[in-house]
Amino acid sequence: MPGLLDQYLPLVIFIAVSAVIAGALLVVPFIVAFQAPDPEKLSAYECGFNAFDDARMKFDVRFYLVALLFIIFDLEVAFLFPWAVAFHDVGLFGFWSMMGFLAVLTIGFMYEWNKGALEWD
Amino acid sequence: MVATVFLFYVFSIVAIASAFMVIAARNPVHSVLFLILAFVNAAGLFMLLGAEFLAMILVVVYVGAVAVLFLFVVMMLDVDFTVLRQGFLQYLPLGATIGAIVLIELVFVLGGWTLQPATVTMRAAPLAPNVTNTAALGRILYTQYVYFFQAAGFILLTAMIGSIVLTLRSRRGVKRQSIDAQNLRDRKVAVQLRKVPSRAGL
Repeated sequence: MPGLLDQYLPLVIFIAVSAVIAGALLVVPFIVAFQAPDPEKLSAYECGFNAFDDARMKFDVRFYLVALLFIIFDLEVAFLFPWAVAFHDVGLFGFWSMMGFLAVLTIGFMYEWNKGALEWD
Repeated sequence: MVATVFLFYVFSIVAIASAFMVIAARNPVHSVLFLILAFVNAAGLFMLLGAEFLAMILVVVYVGAVAVLFLFVVMMLDVDFTVLRQGFLQYLPLGATIGAIVLIELVFVLGGWTLQPATVTMRAAPLAPNVTNTAALGRILYTQYVYFFQAAGFILLTAMIGSIVLTLRSRRGVKRQSIDAQNLRDRKVAVQLRKVPSRAGL
Protein backbone atom coordinates (compact mmCIF):
# COMPACT_ATOMS: atom_id res chain seq x y z
CA MET A 1 0.00 0.00 0.00
CA PRO A 2 1.75 3.15 -1.16
CA GLY A 3 1.85 6.16 1.06
CA LEU A 4 0.38 4.42 4.08
CA LEU A 5 2.89 5.95 6.40
CA ASP A 6 2.59 9.34 4.78
CA GLN A 7 -1.12 9.36 5.60
CA TYR A 8 -0.44 8.67 9.23
CA LEU A 9 2.38 11.14 9.57
CA PRO A 10 0.25 13.66 11.53
CA LEU A 11 -0.75 10.87 13.92
CA VAL A 12 2.88 9.88 14.38
CA ILE A 13 3.78 13.50 15.06
CA PHE A 14 1.02 13.76 17.68
CA ILE A 15 2.16 10.58 19.40
CA ALA A 16 5.77 11.71 19.28
CA VAL A 17 4.95 15.10 20.77
CA SER A 18 2.90 13.54 23.56
CA ALA A 19 5.69 11.04 24.24
CA VAL A 20 8.24 13.85 24.40
CA ILE A 21 6.10 15.87 26.80
CA ALA A 22 5.38 12.86 29.01
CA GLY A 23 9.04 11.85 28.99
CA ALA A 24 10.15 15.37 29.80
CA LEU A 25 7.74 15.55 32.72
CA LEU A 26 9.16 12.26 34.00
CA VAL A 27 12.80 13.18 33.62
CA VAL A 28 12.95 16.88 34.42
CA PRO A 29 12.10 16.53 38.16
CA PHE A 30 15.13 14.29 38.63
CA ILE A 31 17.33 17.01 37.21
CA VAL A 32 15.98 20.29 38.46
CA ALA A 33 14.01 19.47 41.61
CA PHE A 34 15.46 19.79 45.08
CA GLN A 35 16.08 16.32 46.48
CA ALA A 36 16.49 15.20 50.07
CA PRO A 37 15.76 11.49 50.10
CA ASP A 38 14.73 9.91 53.35
CA PRO A 39 13.38 6.40 53.96
CA GLU A 40 10.67 7.80 56.18
CA LYS A 41 9.27 9.71 53.23
CA LEU A 42 8.52 6.44 51.45
CA SER A 43 7.11 4.55 54.42
CA ALA A 44 3.41 3.87 54.69
CA TYR A 45 1.65 6.61 56.55
CA GLU A 46 -1.90 6.38 57.79
CA CYS A 47 -2.67 9.20 60.19
CA GLY A 48 0.38 8.38 62.24
CA PHE A 49 -0.34 4.64 62.52
CA ASN A 50 1.23 1.89 60.53
CA ALA A 51 -1.02 0.73 57.71
CA PHE A 52 -3.81 -1.50 58.98
CA ASP A 53 -4.27 -3.64 55.90
CA ASP A 54 -3.79 -3.89 52.18
CA ALA A 55 -4.68 -0.96 49.98
CA ARG A 56 -6.57 -3.30 47.67
CA MET A 57 -10.12 -3.59 48.89
CA LYS A 58 -13.42 -4.56 47.42
CA PHE A 59 -14.86 -1.97 45.13
CA ASP A 60 -18.54 -1.29 45.03
CA VAL A 61 -20.22 -3.09 42.16
CA ARG A 62 -21.80 0.20 41.14
CA PHE A 63 -18.51 1.34 39.59
CA TYR A 64 -18.73 -1.72 37.39
CA LEU A 65 -22.29 -0.90 36.40
CA VAL A 66 -21.28 2.59 35.34
CA ALA A 67 -18.38 1.22 33.28
CA LEU A 68 -20.62 -1.39 31.66
CA LEU A 69 -23.23 1.16 30.67
CA PHE A 70 -20.41 3.32 29.31
CA ILE A 71 -19.21 0.43 27.12
CA ILE A 72 -22.68 -0.08 25.71
CA PHE A 73 -23.05 3.54 24.66
CA ASP A 74 -19.47 3.50 23.42
CA LEU A 75 -20.41 0.69 21.06
CA GLU A 76 -23.51 2.54 20.01
CA VAL A 77 -21.34 5.50 19.02
CA ALA A 78 -18.98 3.13 17.21
CA PHE A 79 -21.93 2.06 15.07
CA LEU A 80 -22.72 5.69 14.33
CA PHE A 81 -19.35 6.50 12.72
CA PRO A 82 -19.67 4.43 9.50
CA TRP A 83 -23.27 5.50 9.22
CA ALA A 84 -22.30 9.15 9.33
CA VAL A 85 -19.51 8.63 6.80
CA ALA A 86 -21.73 6.73 4.37
CA PHE A 87 -24.81 8.82 5.08
CA HIS A 88 -25.38 9.90 1.47
CA ASP A 89 -24.94 6.37 0.18
CA VAL A 90 -27.26 4.41 2.44
CA GLY A 91 -30.38 6.33 1.53
CA LEU A 92 -33.67 6.43 3.38
CA PHE A 93 -33.56 2.77 4.31
CA GLY A 94 -30.19 3.14 5.97
CA PHE A 95 -31.46 6.20 7.79
CA TRP A 96 -34.47 4.38 9.23
CA SER A 97 -32.39 1.32 9.97
CA MET A 98 -30.21 3.46 12.21
CA MET A 99 -33.28 5.10 13.72
CA GLY A 100 -34.59 1.64 14.66
CA PHE A 101 -31.27 0.77 16.22
CA LEU A 102 -31.26 4.01 18.19
CA ALA A 103 -34.88 3.44 19.25
CA VAL A 104 -34.02 0.04 20.69
CA LEU A 105 -31.14 1.52 22.65
CA THR A 106 -33.28 4.45 23.73
CA ILE A 107 -35.69 1.95 25.27
CA GLY A 108 -32.75 0.60 27.21
CA PHE A 109 -31.70 4.11 28.16
CA MET A 110 -35.18 4.94 29.46
CA TYR A 111 -35.23 1.70 31.43
CA GLU A 112 -31.87 2.57 32.91
CA TRP A 113 -32.95 6.07 33.80
CA ASN A 114 -36.21 4.96 35.38
CA LYS A 115 -34.52 2.26 37.40
CA GLY A 116 -32.18 4.89 38.79
CA ALA A 117 -29.04 3.24 37.47
CA LEU A 118 -27.66 6.64 36.58
CA GLU A 119 -27.98 7.93 40.12
CA TRP A 120 -25.26 7.23 42.57
CA ASP A 121 -27.29 6.87 45.74
CA MET B 1 8.01 -0.59 2.17
CA VAL B 2 10.97 -1.10 4.46
CA ALA B 3 9.32 1.13 7.03
CA THR B 4 6.12 -0.94 6.82
CA VAL B 5 8.01 -4.16 7.40
CA PHE B 6 9.94 -2.59 10.22
CA LEU B 7 6.74 -1.34 11.86
CA PHE B 8 5.15 -4.76 11.41
CA TYR B 9 7.97 -6.42 13.31
CA VAL B 10 7.97 -3.76 16.02
CA PHE B 11 4.22 -4.07 16.58
CA SER B 12 4.30 -7.87 16.49
CA ILE B 13 7.21 -8.23 18.86
CA VAL B 14 5.83 -5.75 21.35
CA ALA B 15 2.37 -7.35 21.12
CA ILE B 16 3.72 -10.84 21.79
CA ALA B 17 6.03 -9.65 24.55
CA SER B 18 3.29 -7.73 26.30
CA ALA B 19 0.89 -10.67 25.88
CA PHE B 20 3.47 -12.82 27.62
CA MET B 21 3.84 -10.23 30.36
CA VAL B 22 0.06 -10.30 30.88
CA ILE B 23 0.36 -13.83 32.24
CA ALA B 24 3.82 -13.38 33.78
CA ALA B 25 3.37 -10.16 35.72
CA ARG B 26 3.02 -10.62 39.46
CA ASN B 27 0.72 -7.69 39.98
CA PRO B 28 -2.66 -8.16 38.26
CA VAL B 29 -2.97 -4.42 37.67
CA HIS B 30 0.31 -4.55 35.74
CA SER B 31 -1.18 -7.44 33.75
CA VAL B 32 -4.07 -5.23 32.71
CA LEU B 33 -1.67 -2.45 31.70
CA PHE B 34 0.29 -4.91 29.57
CA LEU B 35 -3.00 -6.03 28.06
CA ILE B 36 -3.64 -2.43 27.06
CA LEU B 37 -0.22 -2.32 25.44
CA ALA B 38 -1.06 -5.50 23.53
CA PHE B 39 -4.33 -3.95 22.35
CA VAL B 40 -2.57 -0.82 21.12
CA ASN B 41 -0.05 -2.88 19.19
CA ALA B 42 -2.83 -4.99 17.67
CA ALA B 43 -4.40 -1.71 16.57
CA GLY B 44 -1.10 -0.81 14.94
CA LEU B 45 -1.10 -4.12 13.10
CA PHE B 46 -4.64 -3.48 11.85
CA MET B 47 -3.47 -0.09 10.67
CA LEU B 48 -0.67 -1.70 8.67
CA LEU B 49 -3.22 -4.00 7.06
CA GLY B 50 -5.18 -0.94 5.94
CA ALA B 51 -8.08 -1.61 8.30
CA GLU B 52 -8.02 1.78 9.95
CA PHE B 53 -11.62 1.62 11.16
CA LEU B 54 -10.96 -1.61 13.05
CA ALA B 55 -7.78 -0.10 14.45
CA MET B 56 -9.57 2.95 15.78
CA ILE B 57 -12.45 0.90 17.18
CA LEU B 58 -9.93 -1.34 18.89
CA VAL B 59 -8.40 1.69 20.55
CA VAL B 60 -11.73 3.31 21.46
CA VAL B 61 -13.60 0.22 22.64
CA TYR B 62 -10.94 -2.14 23.92
CA VAL B 63 -8.40 0.30 25.29
CA GLY B 64 -10.94 2.88 26.34
CA ALA B 65 -13.64 0.70 27.81
CA VAL B 66 -12.91 -3.01 28.07
CA ALA B 67 -9.54 -2.48 29.72
CA VAL B 68 -11.19 -0.21 32.27
CA LEU B 69 -13.69 -2.98 33.00
CA PHE B 70 -10.82 -5.42 33.46
CA LEU B 71 -9.21 -3.01 35.88
CA PHE B 72 -12.44 -2.80 37.84
CA VAL B 73 -12.74 -6.57 37.90
CA VAL B 74 -9.17 -6.94 39.11
CA MET B 75 -9.79 -4.40 41.82
CA MET B 76 -13.17 -5.78 42.80
CA LEU B 77 -12.23 -9.42 42.99
CA ASP B 78 -10.09 -8.86 46.08
CA VAL B 79 -8.10 -11.98 45.31
CA ASP B 80 -4.89 -12.43 47.19
CA PHE B 81 -2.67 -13.50 44.33
CA THR B 82 0.14 -14.73 46.55
CA VAL B 83 -2.28 -17.23 48.07
CA LEU B 84 -3.54 -18.11 44.62
CA ARG B 85 -0.04 -18.90 43.39
CA GLN B 86 0.96 -21.09 46.29
CA GLY B 87 -0.09 -24.33 44.63
CA PHE B 88 1.54 -23.34 41.34
CA LEU B 89 4.24 -26.01 41.28
CA GLN B 90 1.82 -28.60 42.59
CA TYR B 91 -0.59 -28.11 39.71
CA LEU B 92 2.11 -27.49 37.10
CA PRO B 93 2.30 -31.09 35.73
CA LEU B 94 -1.48 -31.30 35.27
CA GLY B 95 -1.69 -27.87 33.68
CA ALA B 96 1.26 -28.54 31.41
CA THR B 97 -0.30 -31.85 30.30
CA ILE B 98 -3.60 -30.19 29.44
CA GLY B 99 -1.80 -27.36 27.64
CA ALA B 100 0.27 -29.81 25.63
CA ILE B 101 -2.85 -31.77 24.62
CA VAL B 102 -4.58 -28.59 23.46
CA LEU B 103 -1.45 -27.53 21.57
CA ILE B 104 -1.24 -30.91 19.80
CA GLU B 105 -4.91 -30.69 18.87
CA LEU B 106 -4.42 -27.20 17.48
CA VAL B 107 -1.43 -28.38 15.44
CA PHE B 108 -3.53 -31.23 14.03
CA VAL B 109 -6.41 -28.93 13.18
CA LEU B 110 -4.35 -26.17 11.63
CA GLY B 111 -1.79 -28.49 10.04
CA GLY B 112 -4.44 -30.56 8.32
CA TRP B 113 -6.24 -27.51 7.02
CA THR B 114 -5.87 -27.12 3.30
CA LEU B 115 -7.53 -24.37 1.35
CA GLN B 116 -9.65 -25.53 -1.51
CA PRO B 117 -8.24 -24.07 -4.72
CA ALA B 118 -11.58 -22.48 -5.57
CA THR B 119 -11.64 -20.40 -2.40
CA VAL B 120 -8.64 -18.35 -3.48
CA THR B 121 -10.63 -16.89 -6.32
CA MET B 122 -13.63 -16.30 -4.05
CA ARG B 123 -11.74 -14.14 -1.63
CA ALA B 124 -13.23 -10.73 -1.12
CA ALA B 125 -12.06 -8.24 -3.65
CA PRO B 126 -9.70 -5.61 -2.29
CA LEU B 127 -11.14 -2.22 -1.66
CA ALA B 128 -11.40 0.30 -4.37
CA PRO B 129 -8.58 2.77 -3.83
CA ASN B 130 -10.74 5.84 -3.34
CA VAL B 131 -13.09 4.35 -0.74
CA THR B 132 -12.06 4.47 2.89
CA ASN B 133 -13.00 1.33 4.71
CA THR B 134 -15.23 3.19 7.14
CA ALA B 135 -17.32 4.30 4.18
CA ALA B 136 -17.22 0.81 2.67
CA LEU B 137 -18.47 -0.63 5.94
CA GLY B 138 -21.16 2.02 6.23
CA ARG B 139 -22.47 1.31 2.76
CA ILE B 140 -23.36 -2.29 3.50
CA LEU B 141 -23.83 -2.52 7.26
CA TYR B 142 -27.07 -0.54 7.44
CA THR B 143 -28.75 -1.81 4.31
CA GLN B 144 -27.47 -5.19 3.19
CA TYR B 145 -26.81 -6.49 6.71
CA VAL B 146 -29.68 -4.70 8.39
CA TYR B 147 -30.81 -7.77 10.34
CA PHE B 148 -27.39 -8.28 11.87
CA PHE B 149 -27.25 -4.59 12.65
CA GLN B 150 -30.60 -4.66 14.42
CA ALA B 151 -29.61 -7.87 16.19
CA ALA B 152 -26.54 -6.03 17.48
CA GLY B 153 -28.87 -3.36 18.83
CA PHE B 154 -30.95 -5.96 20.67
CA ILE B 155 -27.84 -7.60 22.07
CA LEU B 156 -26.72 -4.25 23.43
CA LEU B 157 -30.19 -3.75 24.92
CA THR B 158 -29.97 -7.17 26.56
CA ALA B 159 -26.56 -6.32 27.97
CA MET B 160 -27.87 -3.06 29.35
CA ILE B 161 -30.92 -4.59 31.00
CA GLY B 162 -28.96 -7.59 32.21
CA SER B 163 -26.29 -5.50 33.89
CA ILE B 164 -28.90 -3.37 35.60
CA VAL B 165 -30.95 -6.35 36.77
CA LEU B 166 -27.87 -8.13 38.10
CA THR B 167 -26.15 -5.30 39.88
CA LEU B 168 -28.67 -2.64 40.78
CA ARG B 169 -30.08 -2.99 44.25
CA SER B 170 -32.27 -0.49 45.93
CA ARG B 171 -30.52 0.73 49.00
CA ARG B 172 -32.40 1.27 52.22
CA GLY B 173 -31.98 4.36 54.27
CA VAL B 174 -30.94 6.54 51.35
CA LYS B 175 -32.68 9.90 51.38
CA ARG B 176 -33.41 10.68 47.78
CA GLN B 177 -35.16 13.70 46.44
CA SER B 178 -38.63 12.87 45.19
CA ILE B 179 -39.96 16.09 43.79
CA ASP B 180 -43.54 14.93 43.17
CA ALA B 181 -43.98 13.57 46.66
CA GLN B 182 -42.39 16.64 48.19
CA ASN B 183 -44.63 19.02 46.29
CA LEU B 184 -47.77 17.03 46.96
CA ARG B 185 -47.18 17.10 50.69
CA ASP B 186 -49.57 19.58 52.26
CA ARG B 187 -50.50 20.85 55.70
CA LYS B 188 -52.81 17.94 56.49
CA VAL B 189 -50.07 15.38 56.07
CA ALA B 190 -47.18 17.34 57.47
CA VAL B 191 -48.58 18.96 60.59
CA GLN B 192 -50.71 17.42 63.27
CA LEU B 193 -52.30 19.46 66.02
CA ARG B 194 -52.87 17.66 69.29
CA LYS B 195 -54.65 18.88 72.36
CA VAL B 196 -52.31 17.95 75.16
CA PRO B 197 -53.93 17.89 78.57
CA SER B 198 -51.98 19.40 81.35
CA ARG B 199 -49.78 17.05 83.41
CA ALA B 200 -50.35 14.18 80.99
CA GLY B 201 -48.16 13.10 78.16
CA LEU B 202 -49.29 12.23 74.72
